[in-house]
Amino acid sequence: MSRDSSRASSESIVTRVIHRPYVWAIVALLLLLVINLGKDPAYLGISVNAATGNLSGNVIDILRASAPIMMIAVGMTLVIATRGIDLSVGSVMAVSGAVSMEFMSTAGGGTVGEALSAAALALAISAALGAVNGVLVSVVGLQPFITTLITMLAGRGLAKVITAGQNTSASNESFRWIANGTVFGFPVVFVIAGIVVAIVAVLVRRTALGLMIESIGINPRAARMAGIRPVGILIAVYVVGGVLAGIAGIFSTASVMTVEVAKTGMAAEMDAILAVVIGGTSLAGGKFSLTGSVIGALLIATLDKTIVFLSIPSSATPAFKAAVIVIICLLQSQRIRALFARRRSGPSSLTPPPRSPAQPRKESVSA
Amino acid sequence: MSILIDRPTSVSEGGSRPSLVSRLKPNVESLPTLAAVVIFVAMVVYGEVAYGRIVQFSTISNLLINNAYLIILAVGLTFVIVTGGVDLSVGAVIAISSLVGVMLANQGWNPIAVIIAMILIGSVFGTASGVLIQYFNVQPFIATLAMMFLARGLASMLSTTPERLADDSPIRLFSTEWKVIDGPKINDLVTTPNVVIAALVVLVAFLVLHRTRLGRTVYAIGGSESSALLMGLPVVRTKLAVYVISGTLAGLAAVVYTSKLGIAQNITGVGWELDAIAAVIIGGTLLTGGAGFVLGSVVGALVLGLMNVLITRDGGIPPEATTIITGAILLVFVLLQRLVVSRKRKT
Repeated sequence: MSRDSSRASSESIVTRVIHRPYVWAIVALLLLLVINLGKDPAYLGISVNAATGNLSGNVIDILRASAPIMMIAVGMTLVIATRGIDLSVGSVMAVSGAVSMEFMSTAGGGTVGEALSAAALALAISAALGAVNGVLVSVVGLQPFITTLITMLAGRGLAKVITAGQNTSASNESFRWIANGTVFGFPVVFVIAGIVVAIVAVLVRRTALGLMIESIGINPRAARMAGIRPVGILIAVYVVGGVLAGIAGIFSTASVMTVEVAKTGMAAEMDAILAVVIGGTSLAGGKFSLTGSVIGALLIATLDKTIVFLSIPSSATPAFKAAVIVIICLLQSQRIRALFARRRSGPSSLTPPPRSPAQPRKESVSA
Repeated sequence: MSILIDRPTSVSEGGSRPSLVSRLKPNVESLPTLAAVVIFVAMVVYGEVAYGRIVQFSTISNLLINNAYLIILAVGLTFVIVTGGVDLSVGAVIAISSLVGVMLANQGWNPIAVIIAMILIGSVFGTASGVLIQYFNVQPFIATLAMMFLARGLASMLSTTPERLADDSPIRLFSTEWKVIDGPKINDLVTTPNVVIAALVVLVAFLVLHRTRLGRTVYAIGGSESSALLMGLPVVRTKLAVYVISGTLAGLAAVVYTSKLGIAQNITGVGWELDAIAAVIIGGTLLTGGAGFVLGSVVGALVLGLMNVLITRDGGIPPEATTIITGAILLVFVLLQRLVVSRKRKT
């Protein structure tokens, strides 16, 4: 407590920025870019294609790759803020991709209408899967992880059933445009992702919705006593999570116009969880940061690209990401935080990362 | 003291067969286990009527031989789930353990050393999960999910292609078929060392969970962790122990599975955590902890195994749908548990 008050008195704008939970993500992001620059000084160069006006370059590639991660990360942020978890995002991506590919390959016309109906159908089914999660968690009261574990594995099975176990391809230029096209030089996926994130941010930050989500995550009983009905909000959060995963599925299948039922969205739930925890949202629920998750998604996309760029075998990435999750979990734990707090009260002026994820929780207590 | 401690055990599990049945009947907690037994019998009857050749030696032998690994996994998970936790890493632990095992064996390691290494890999992952959960307060599913990705990632780093165990490797001896009863034609009752290992695991786990102090502490933690702490039970040690047990048994399951199939791959065991959890839940262990039976998990594993047999025999159901059916069954049983628990709370 005394630490809090002493901090408040000495707080300037600079320290407040440094204490943003995602400042370390930005530092890591810059570090990765510096590493890439070290290998190729022209890494950050963006060239403009004079004929089409398209931008191209590694940074644009990173933005393109970050779009699907951003989608699932934003959905996961809301779910985790309610003390839940959505392990089914990767499978929902596969289902969404399978539905759209199967629809377009059956229709086979390649028209804009077909692309739109395929996307709408995919999103509707993703929303339905999200609703199943939401109802089971809120109305029935099952634990989120077991509910979404079931939908994760059953969803993967569903994707396989939809495509009869085959990797399905389709050809539709309008659908392909979503992943490979550009708007004002920027990749369409990134623009769509930006718009979606903005919509979600406005919904949760300009209305009381975000506050309600946080209150459910901080103390469900107190939230209920304060007159917040958790059922509707929980269902909405899981549906949003499902729809966003569906969008991510469309993004990741549209670029190759093929759904690989066993591979699309594999381990995507880890990317999403990683982006969320990197962004400073605690896995214990409560306060969340959409900006942090977006930065986390950018960091993961950069990391993936860097690993390919430095020609490190990409099979190592999952292990590395898992290790990062473990480290962040450790930094968020009481034991390590107490350790650092003891150090800080001494002469050394360390500003260690454990404080940053801890900070939003502490604010919520004192508020 | 010993009398006091022994009493609750006989209530929870019963000694002889008739008393077990009579004791199970009025107990609302054992309803799901009873349901699992009923379902198993119903599946056997349905399979016999619809497809035939279910109640015979070869089918029963194959059911046990093919599901020995699942039984071992489910027994390990029973400990974890009774404490109210969960271990999602078991499938990935099998992948890395069997991959390392096959690679070491092919490099000419002593088979006994290989087997010990495989089991120890499981123990290491279990210990890591346990330490994260117990000492750093990470939620069980997050910690074991991280271990799952870590194990799967490390396995992918080792190899992404199937590694084949040499045909003359002594590890394959675990799947030697012993004819117990020589039936007509191929209808023999056969068993393998793997099945014997699984049976031993079940026996030891049964004794540990239902007859020792450690086992009772496991139940106490699942009932209420804070009460267990206040009672002075060794909560820290026990919670660590259940994850080590689960990891170690996952390592053992890897030995059993590898010896049977002879192939290890980084994608071995994807989704097995669902199978194992489903087996435990179907067997009547409460997902919220505090109640459950080792033998129930065995029944649960056999229900899943028999389901696979029936799906294969039927031929009309695409094999891709198996996980959907497993998921649906798990869901039904979890819902059943909610119902039972809420009814118990009302009375």
